Amino acid sequence: MAIWLDHRSKVIVQGMTGTEGRKHTNRMMMFGTRIVAGVTPGKGGQSVTFEEDPIPVYNTVREARHATGATVSCVFVPPPYAKQAVMDAIDAGIELVVVITEGIPVKDTAEFRAAAEEKGVRLIGPNCPGLISPGRSNVGIIPPNIARSGHIGLVSKSGTLTYQMMFELGDIGFSSCIGIGGDPIIGTTHIDALAAFQEDEETDCIVMIGEIGGDAEERAAEYIRKNVTKPVVAYVAGFTAPEGRTMGHAGAIVSGSSGTAQAKKVALEKAGVKVGRTPSETAQLVRGLMRTR
Amino acid sequence: MDLFEYQARDLFEAHGVPVLRGIVARTAEEARAAAEELGGVVVVKAQVKVGGRGKAGGVKLAKSPDEAAQHARAILGMDIKGHLVEAVMVAEGADIAEEYYFSVLLDRANRNYLAMCSLEGGVEIEQLAEERPEALVKLSLDPRTGLDEAAASEIVEKVGFAEDIADQVTNVLVKLGDVYREADATLVEVNPLVKTGDGCIIALDGKVTLDDNADFRHPDRENLMDATAIDPLELRAREKDLNYVKLDGQVGVIGNGAGLVMSTLDVVAYAGEDLPGNPKPANFLDIGGGASAQVMADGLDIILSDPQVEVVFVNVFGGITACSEVAKGIREALKQLGNRASKPIVVRLDGNAVEVGRAMLEEYDHPLVKVVETMDEAARTAAELASAAMEGK
Repeated sequence: MAIWLDHRSKVIVQGMTGTEGRKHTNRMMMFGTRIVAGVTPGKGGQSVTFEEDPIPVYNTVREARHATGATVSCVFVPPPYAKQAVMDAIDAGIELVVVITEGIPVKDTAEFRAAAEEKGVRLIGPNCPGLISPGRSNVGIIPPNIARSGHIGLVSKSGTLTYQMMFELGDIGFSSCIGIGGDPIIGTTHIDALAAFQEDEETDCIVMIGEIGGDAEERAAEYIRKNVTKPVVAYVAGFTAPEGRTMGHAGAIVSGSSGTAQAKKVALEKAGVKVGRTPSETAQLVRGLMRTR
Repeated sequence: MDLFEYQARDLFEAHGVPVLRGIVARTAEEARAAAEELGGVVVVKAQVKVGGRGKAGGVKLAKSPDEAAQHARAILGMDIKGHLVEAVMVAEGADIAEEYYFSVLLDRANRNYLAMCSLEGGVEIEQLAEERPEALVKLSLDPRTGLDEAAASEIVEKVGFAEDIADQVTNVLVKLGDVYREADATLVEVNPLVKTGDGCIIALDGKVTLDDNADFRHPDRENLMDATAIDPLELRAREKDLNYVKLDGQVGVIGNGAGLVMSTLDVVAYAGEDLPGNPKPANFLDIGGGASAQVMADGLDIILSDPQVEVVFVNVFGGITACSEVAKGIREALKQLGNRASKPIVVRLDGNAVEVGRAMLEEYDHPLVKVVETMDEAARTAAELASAAMEGK
C-alpha cells in the first residue's frame, strides 16, 4: 500500500480548463490516474475531451463530488483565485487536496491551511509537484516515467530534486514520492510524510530532501530520533547559499544563523540520519542501505 | 521585499498608526530643507535595511537645519554593515517617556502568525528573548482572524500596560494588525513603540517585510522597489521574468527548478574546492519549467554579461521539459548571441527526451558547447575550465 493515494482514488482537477490544467490532466490520465471531473466556476456543464474520454466540468467542487464521489482534488488555479478554490474543496469534504499553483500569497495559504487542519483535510503544497505512487496513481506534475515502483519512500521540498533522485534510484523503485513544496507555509510537512512512510508496509527506506530556510528539517530530525525506526537518508540543498538571499523558493532563505544547510545536516546526523553532500552521493548511501537489508 | 523605515512610516500613516512627521532626503541640502519644514529639534536617520545603524553612527540629533545638513552629509555615503546609505529620513524629535516593543510576523514553524510585545523596547529583541524571555509576551494568532481587537486586548493585558494607556495601545496594535493584513506583510515590527511625555503612543521606528507573492493585489508596489540597491544584472533578469541571484564566482549556472539549481551551486563549489583559483558559482538562475529558446537565450545573455564569468554550466533535468527543447534553446540562444557568446558552455541533460537532446547538440557541434553525461562530472568539467581560465589571466 502506497501512502495517501492508490489506483482507486477518484480525482477532480480544479482549473482543468486552463492551459496548465489541461496539459497535466492529460498526462495524469495517460498514466492511469482516475480523473473523474473538472471544476471551473462559470464553466459548469461543459466538458473537456482527452483522447476519447469527455470529462465533465462543474461550477463547484461540491457538485463535482456529489456527481462522481471523488475524494481527491488537484488544484491548478492561478494565485488570485487559488484560496477560494482550495476553500471550496475543503468545504465540499474532499479528503486530499494537492495544490500545484506557484506564487500564492502566504496569507492566503495560512488561511486555507488552518481551515484544512480544522476539517481534517490532508493538504499537500502549495507550490509543489504533487505525489506519485509509481504504477498506481499520480496527482500533480511529477513525470511518471522516471522510476518504477519499489520500496523507497521519498519526501522533498523541491520538484526537480525529486525527479533527480527518482532518476538516480529509478532501478530500485519507489513506494510513493511526495513533493511538499518550498513555500514558507505548507500543508503536509516532512514529519507527516515520515510518519506515513514509517507506517507503510511497502516502504523499507526513506529519503528526505530538504533545502535552506526555516527549521522544518531540524524538527523532522527530532521526530526521526523519537519515532522512525526505518533507515532514513537525507540530502539538503544550499550549502553554499549566501545569507539573506532568497534562492528561488519563497521559503529558501538563510537568515542570520538559522536555516543553514549545515545546521540541518548536523541536526539530521545527530538523529542517526545519513546525509549526502550531493544528490549522487545521497543515492549511493541509499544503495548501500538497500544492499545490506 | 523589505521596506525602508520611511516607507514603513508612510504605510503606517496610511493605516492610521500614529507616527511622527518624517521627510526623506538624498542630499545634505534636502535634509536642511526638511529640517526647516519640520522645525525644532529633528533626528537624521540613515535609511538602510539592516539593524544596528544607531551604533554605527547613522542616527543623529540636530538642533538646527544647519546641523541637520551637516549630519546628513556625514551619514550619506556611509557603509553600514555592507549597506551603502543613499538616503536619510529627517524626522521630528520625540519627547520619549517610555519605550516598548511590538511585532507581528509569520510563524513558519507553527504555520500561523505570532505577535510579540514587551514593556522593554528600544533594545535588541533577540537579546531580550534570550536573556529575559519572561519580559517578552508571545501570542499565536489564527491566520483567519489575525490581530483583531480581542487579540490586541489580550496582548495588552498580558504585557501589563498601565491602565491610562491600555486602550490607546490596544487601538494602535489593531491598526498595526490592519497594516499586516491589508498590506500582505510577513513582518511588521515597531521598535520602539513609545509613550511621549504627554502620554501619546507613537510608532517611532518601523520594519516591514512584504510578501512578493501578493504583489498582484498591490499594483502600486513597483514604487517601493529600491532599484538602486539591486544588482543591475538582477534588475535585467527581473525585467525578463527570470529568477536570478548574482553571486561572487566564475561559473555561471543555469538550471530548471529552484532545488536543482541550489544543488548545482553546491556541486560546483565542491568541485572547485581543490582546484587552483578556487572557482565558485557566479549566480543562481532558475529558468523554471518549459524552457523555451527565448528563455534560454535571455538567461545566457544575462550570465555572459557578468564579466567575472569564465564558463557556463547548463544543468537541466527534463521532467516536463523535453531535453530536445532545451537543446533547441541552447542552439537558438547561441545564434542570437553571436559573438557575445564567448565562454565555454558545459551542458548536462537528463530525463525527458534526453537522447534526442544530446544528439541534437552533438550534431550542432558548436565549438563552445560541451555535453557531459552526469551532474557531478559536468560540475567538475565546468570548475576545471573556470580554474584554467583564471590561471591563464
